[in-house]
Parts: sequence; C-alpha cells; structure tokens
Amino acid sequence: MNKEQLLTAYWTITRKECVRFLRIWKQTLLPSVVTTGLYYVIFGTFIGSQIAPISGHTYMQFIVPGLVMMAVITNSFANVASSFFGSKFQRDVEELLVSPTPSWVMIAGYVTGGVLRGLLVGALVLGVALFFTQLTVYNWAIVIGFLLLTAILFSLAGLFNAAFAKKFDDTMIVPTFVLTPLTYLGGVFYSIHALPSLWQMVSQANPVLYMVSGFRYGFLGIADVNIFVSLSILVVLSIALIAANLFVFSRGYGLKN
Amino acid sequence: MPKALSIKQLSKTYATGVHALEAVDLTVESGDFFGLLGPNGAGKSTLINIVSGLVNKSSGNVGIFEYDFDKQVEKTKACLGVVPQEFNFNVFEKVEDIIVNQAGYYGVSRTVAKESAEVLLKQLELWDKRHQPSRVLSGGMKRRLMIARALVHHPRLLILDEPTAGVDVELRRSMWEFLQKLNAEGMTIILTTHYLEEAEQLCKNLAIINQGKIIEEGTVKDLLGKLRQETFVLDTFENIGVNVLQKLQAFQAAAVDANTFELSISEKQSLNDVMRILDEYSIRVRSMRSKTNRLEELFVNLTHKKSV
Repeated sequence: MNKEQLLTAYWTITRKECVRFLRIWKQTLLPSVVTTGLYYVIFGTFIGSQIAPISGHTYMQFIVPGLVMMAVITNSFANVASSFFGSKFQRDVEELLVSPTPSWVMIAGYVTGGVLRGLLVGALVLGVALFFTQLTVYNWAIVIGFLLLTAILFSLAGLFNAAFAKKFDDTMIVPTFVLTPLTYLGGVFYSIHALPSLWQMVSQANPVLYMVSGFRYGFLGIADVNIFVSLSILVVLSIALIAANLFVFSRGYGLKN
Repeated sequence: MPKALSIKQLSKTYATGVHALEAVDLTVESGDFFGLLGPNGAGKSTLINIVSGLVNKSSGNVGIFEYDFDKQVEKTKACLGVVPQEFNFNVFEKVEDIIVNQAGYYGVSRTVAKESAEVLLKQLELWDKRHQPSRVLSGGMKRRLMIARALVHHPRLLILDEPTAGVDVELRRSMWEFLQKLNAEGMTIILTTHYLEEAEQLCKNLAIINQGKIIEEGTVKDLLGKLRQETFVLDTFENIGVNVLQKLQAFQAAAVDANTFELSISEKQSLNDVMRILDEYSIRVRSMRSKTNRLEELFVNLTHKKSV
C-alpha cells in the first residue's frame, strides 16, 4: 500500500471508531461526566470545604486534574478494549485481518479512536469542573502533553488486553481490579507527601501517580514527582506497549488460529 | 500468465493436535472457476482461511498470482476477495458503511468506495437496504452483502466458502448467474460448496479434499469420466413383469412399482441394450432420469473409499 492508501485505511478505522462511540454516547460519554460531577459535589464541595488549602490551592482545584485524568484513563482504555473485543466477538475483525492494512495502521487507528474518546470525555469533565471552581493553567504544553500521552498509553493497554481476551469478562478484569485501585491510589485525592514514607515509596511503583502528578503540574505548577521523571516514564511505557501490540498483531496472538 | 493460486506442501496442525491439512499441493489457473469439495471437517475452510490470512499455517507455501504470501503479504491480500462461510460483519453497522469501510481497509478512497458500493448493492439487489443496520437483513441478503463486501476493491481472485448455504433455490440460481458473469469478465473464482450440483453447474476444474488431503483433482469432465456406474429410473406405460427384470439382470434392474424400475449402467454397458430388451417385450418408456447427481455419486465413492 502506498502512503495515500495507508492514510485512507487509518482514517477508515478512526472514523469507524468515532462513529461508534458517538452513536452510543449515553454509554460512552455521559457516565464519566455524571460520576465525576458527583465527585466534584461530594469531595470538592461538601468535604473539600473543610480541608485546608494545599500549596495555596483549594482542595477542589487540587482534585480536578486528577479526576480529569481518571476519566481520560478509564475512557481511553474502555473504548479500545470494548470495541476491539466486540469486533473479535462478532468476527468483523476479520474484515481487517483479510485486508492488506498493516498491523501498525490497525493499531494506530484503534488507538486514535481511544485517544479521541479519552480527550472528549476529559474536556467534558473539565468543563463541568468550571461550574464548581476557577481553573488557571500553569503550562499548556505540559497539560496537553500529559493528556495525550496518558490517552495513548491506556488506549494501547486496552488494545493489548482485548487482543488476548476470550470473553467480555476478560476486558472488565483490568479496569476493575487494576485500573481503579491504581487510579484511586495514584494521588488523585491527596498528595503522596501526606503519606508515611513507606507508602510514599510504594506509591512510586504506581504509574498513574506520574500521570496525575505531571498533569496537575500543568495546571497548578505543583507536583509530587519531578516532571521529567513523570514524562520519561510515560514515554517508556508507551513505547513498550507499542512494541508489545506490534508483536501480538504481527504474530496473530489472540487474533488468528 | 501466473497461477491464480499456487499451494505447495501446505500443512496445518492446530494447537489441539488436529491435523487439518497434510502436505496439500493445489494449483488454480488464472481465470478458472474452481471447485473445492469435501465433507465437513475435510480441511476446506482451514485451507481458505490460511490463504486469506486468518489462520497461520504450520508449513508450506502459498502464492497468489505473482506474489508470495510470506514475502509480499500486503500484495497477495490486495488481490483477494473472501466470502466466508459464517456471517462476520458488525450487526449494528449500516449495509452501505460495511461495504465502504471494507474498501477503506484496501486503501480505496471514500468517494470511490461509495460509487463502487452503489453499483454492487444495486447489482445484488440490496440498494434499498443501504441505510439499514445489517442485523435486519434476511439470511440471503446477508450472504449477498458479504459478496458485495468481498468485491468492493475489485479483487482478481474471489474465494467463496459455501456462499449459497441456506439460500433458497431462486436466489441460488441468481447468485450462480452473478458469479458466472464475474468469471466471464476474467475474475478467478474458487468455490467450496456442499451442493454438488452447484459445482457441476459452475466449475471448470475441481479438487476433492478429504481428511486434510487432496484425493482427486482435474476437470469436471475428467472426474465424471471416472464414475464407473450411473443409476437410472425409468417410468413405463406398460406393467413390468418379472420376466423383463430377469432379462435386465445384467443391469441390476429392480422394480420400484408396477410401472417404475431402476437400473445401473456401468461404463462398458449401453442404454441401447436396455431399450432393445424393453422393445422385445413391447414396453414403452414414458420417461427416464438419472437417480443421483453424478458428481455426488463420485464424491461419495471417493470420500468413502478414502475413509475405508
């Protein structure tokens, strides 16, 4: 396939993915907006009003970046995991597998779909936050960079999960038993400096910490972890997952018999 | 001209240990209408799935036209259109979107794909359903949708895995005409089918596969020539007596009822002899028909012989 044909194949997959999540927006876009809105009300307004400012910012301002990141993580992962597994389940993934579309284009198309849903939900959740507090941006480049890298990383993770999943339950195990605990323990609601030193060390093994910390730095200019360390970890994890997905697709693990 | 399909020593052993294909050699000429016949579990779908890239082979080589599958996988796939045995499209997607998206995976622009989709959907009488989700289509319509999808990128080789399974007689005939037209226009077609009449009507060349091996291959005419015996049913105006049946003993004649009997003609016997005997007894033949599909008889003989 020449460049133009590769681009057509990529846009076809991306477009199909976007049409899918926009068609079922009540399942894909709305739930995160409602859930995060409740977090704003309960943790930000009711409980947050009784918590002292953190580094000069209200508790509500402190948790907004983490909650936005949580929405981006869960939606990017879920979009690719459910869509790709759904295609495997209905066997319409064969439409792609018989075509000359190379593996890397398939991966790029699905990941772009996941990233776009993650970013759209992130923007909606951020929009809702403006009803509760005023937000200032310390560094736009860092905000956008962390948002994009996180969405890419978890879209890749969702694709990897779906490639090996044999039933729908397999696509729910990671979000329920891995992503949710990692996100809640990743400094969304607190600074890890508030933890005992042992738990600070344990927290550093949690990759979500680096995403939340870096993203929060972009808004507030404060971080639990050095911004360059966070960025490096995100880049390394993304490269590792790209390599893993390319390997799986090229060998056909979970896709071909 | 390069062969449309060239398979050498192709083997497939599944993780379960099942040997689906054992050192299969198969060649399909460009422009051919080729039939691949075999009982359930013979290895037909495995072979097709390897050629279309859905199953990894254990060993052997696959070539499609001038391209080697292992070395030029994108080019081989671009030559190929596949209609699988089971429905494999997104049931929530609209009919037109299924076709246009498939074209996109082959690098065909959306504008061109929409034009091709319109032509195909009209030819296959699905144009009125283009905005419907595919789940509302009838079984026959779903089969035609898969044919349209396989053709949207104008493949040189079309592979159909039991395309008329579960399709009514009228629709099956119209699909035959459509496929014959494609073949006449130069497209190479490989067909697997359980309807042996279908293979006899459509195919120029055939291969019979059983237990993962090609057990017979050649032109339809040559293969039918190997059939050594054919059974006929004759209806007569006059009653057939025991004497007549005894006289026709060499033809294994057996009465079905007073005015109907069956007989078998081997390759060295002639129907003229039968007619002469009937004439001697002043028995007039009202009608005569072949009892079984000739290809079916050959198929059963070969696969049974192999199994024994």
